[in-house]
Amino acid sequence: MTAVLEANALGKRYGRRWALSDCTVAIPEGKVVGLVGPNGAGKTTLLHLAVGLLAPTSGTLKVFGRRPAQSADQLASVGFVAQDTPTYAALTVADHLRLGAWLNSRWDNAAAEQRIEKIGLDGRQRVGSLSGGQRAQLALTLAIAKRPELLILDEPVASLDPLARRQFLTSLSEIVSEQGVSVVLSSHLVADLERVCDYLVVLVASRVRVAGGIDKLLSLHHRVTGPRRKLDNLPTDSQVIEARHADGQSTFLVRGANLVVGSDWTVENVNLEDIVLAYMAHSAADTDVTPLSESKK
Amino acid sequence: MIWFVWRQFRVQSVVALGTLFIVAAVAFITGPHLAHLYATNVATCGARGDCTSVRNKFFLNDSTLRTWFGIVVIAFPGIIGMFWGAPLVAKELEAGTHRLVWTQSVTRTRWLAAKLGVVGLASVITAGLLSLVVTWWASPLDRAAANIFGTFDERNIVPIGYAAFAFVLGVTAGVIVRRTVPAMASTLVAFVTVRLSFDRLVRPHLVSPTIHELALKPATMGFGSANGGPFTLMPNTPNISNAWIYSTQIFDKLGHALTPHFVATTCPRLISGVQSGGPSAGFSQGSRVQVTPSAQKAFQACVTKVGEIFHIVVTSQPANHYWLLQWYEMTVYIGAAIILASVCFWWVRRRLS
Repeated sequence: MTAVLEANALGKRYGRRWALSDCTVAIPEGKVVGLVGPNGAGKTTLLHLAVGLLAPTSGTLKVFGRRPAQSADQLASVGFVAQDTPTYAALTVADHLRLGAWLNSRWDNAAAEQRIEKIGLDGRQRVGSLSGGQRAQLALTLAIAKRPELLILDEPVASLDPLARRQFLTSLSEIVSEQGVSVVLSSHLVADLERVCDYLVVLVASRVRVAGGIDKLLSLHHRVTGPRRKLDNLPTDSQVIEARHADGQSTFLVRGANLVVGSDWTVENVNLEDIVLAYMAHSAADTDVTPLSESKK
Repeated sequence: MIWFVWRQFRVQSVVALGTLFIVAAVAFITGPHLAHLYATNVATCGARGDCTSVRNKFFLNDSTLRTWFGIVVIAFPGIIGMFWGAPLVAKELEAGTHRLVWTQSVTRTRWLAAKLGVVGLASVITAGLLSLVVTWWASPLDRAAANIFGTFDERNIVPIGYAAFAFVLGVTAGVIVRRTVPAMASTLVAFVTVRLSFDRLVRPHLVSPTIHELALKPATMGFGSANGGPFTLMPNTPNISNAWIYSTQIFDKLGHALTPHFVATTCPRLISGVQSGGPSAGFSQGSRVQVTPSAQKAFQACVTKVGEIFHIVVTSQPANHYWLLQWYEMTVYIGAAIILASVCFWWVRRRLS
């Protein structure tokens, strides 16, 4: 697997507080990668490090094999939509496109104008008067019209209403299918990610808890329910991610390719949100689960 | 990049151009009349004898305007620092737009270079033009006043240095403080502090002053006590056209200052005359205090006697040091601006990440 983004023992400290510490993660190329985790997991810090807005305190980070933002060329290869999609309120939509054209050597103006028209924006409108959804769409347009090889979005839909959120994610899906760009998208809402992503990285307290293709994650995890007792005799490649015991019944979330359990257990499929929440909750309990990561293979 | 900087800077530039336009309009309306008055009255006064009163009368023309123009030129750099410099980066950091602009295909260094370059150049040009207009307008008055150092920081090229410095000072404050309003306030405080302390502490030492000696003459001397101290001889500040006089002191050949004790022993009649309530304390030849002929005689005798040993030492910047001082001061301020600019580059590259 080629990685567009590779972090090794990456850390970022502000004063005495580590916003990200000892983070090792690899983001595969050609995928739409969802980066999910609770608030404070270090998602934004990781993404800011990846686009070169921040410099690491420790460890290494490579994007396309190079340190981020070291040159204009390196900056051109990564598109970024920051949280709350900052734009210049006093400038017009057309000004922003001109800004993009002036600041990017590979700028695709035709594509930018086409997108602006498609999302129904008027070039003369001042950006300060746009809705949050429109602003996010404008920011996405700017990020994509610079023709990046990697598009990074930091919680782009977090502050949008459900309709604007859906429109934004639909736009993103269209862009991905048209341009074949690699994408990293962070969110703390699994449902958003499930719609557009095909690969998921769960980051909790700077650590990757689980990473893998979404189809694979879904096929690999099961819910096992039965009378209240321990779940034993699991195959060696299987692992209990989460265990719950209540009302004489035990529920386990189990990871394993070839899950074989006794006949008194019921095995069901689980959805992505269940898997993600299990890994997040599990990290709080801090029992020993080997992080699943395709990059290790 | 330059277009982009200019686009963001439109409102501020319109305000500045407006100020410049108003000052220029007023100057061009009133200036020619002032020049005409000077040419017809002051320039020809030599032929008619009494120049001082002609000059003094001419100097009253447009005195309010002269004061206001002076204030505009003095304040303009500080305003540039606050309204152009401080928000330049701070506003982006505050609105989060640095995350947008720093992730385009232009390095931060180039981005900052363009911003500093375009707006810095605009600051320097505007301040230069403003000073040029005011200097031109006030030139007849300044010639009549014969006190070029009195308006040193409102004329010619030093305002350019102030503007460059104030602008970069504002940018630096914005980069470090990261918030527009506190950055504006600290820019103002820092700029005023630097200007005031520079005026007092640095400017007098930029160029070494000229020292010349004058003989003691009753016509240029006074007699009195300073701050209730003992009575002594005091030199009048000499009237040297366009000079900046640091001090006027009385020394002997070995460099010892004249002491009240020496005056008392050398001129006992003069001192006793004062103490017995004779001549009023502190008269000089120039003032209109009525002095009895005998006291006057005693004073003249005293000056002559003291003058055998002592002379007047005048320390001053003569008029021909004016341009040297202007260039030095401007260079120092521009040098400080360049140093601050490198701090900005370093800070934006290293500290803001």
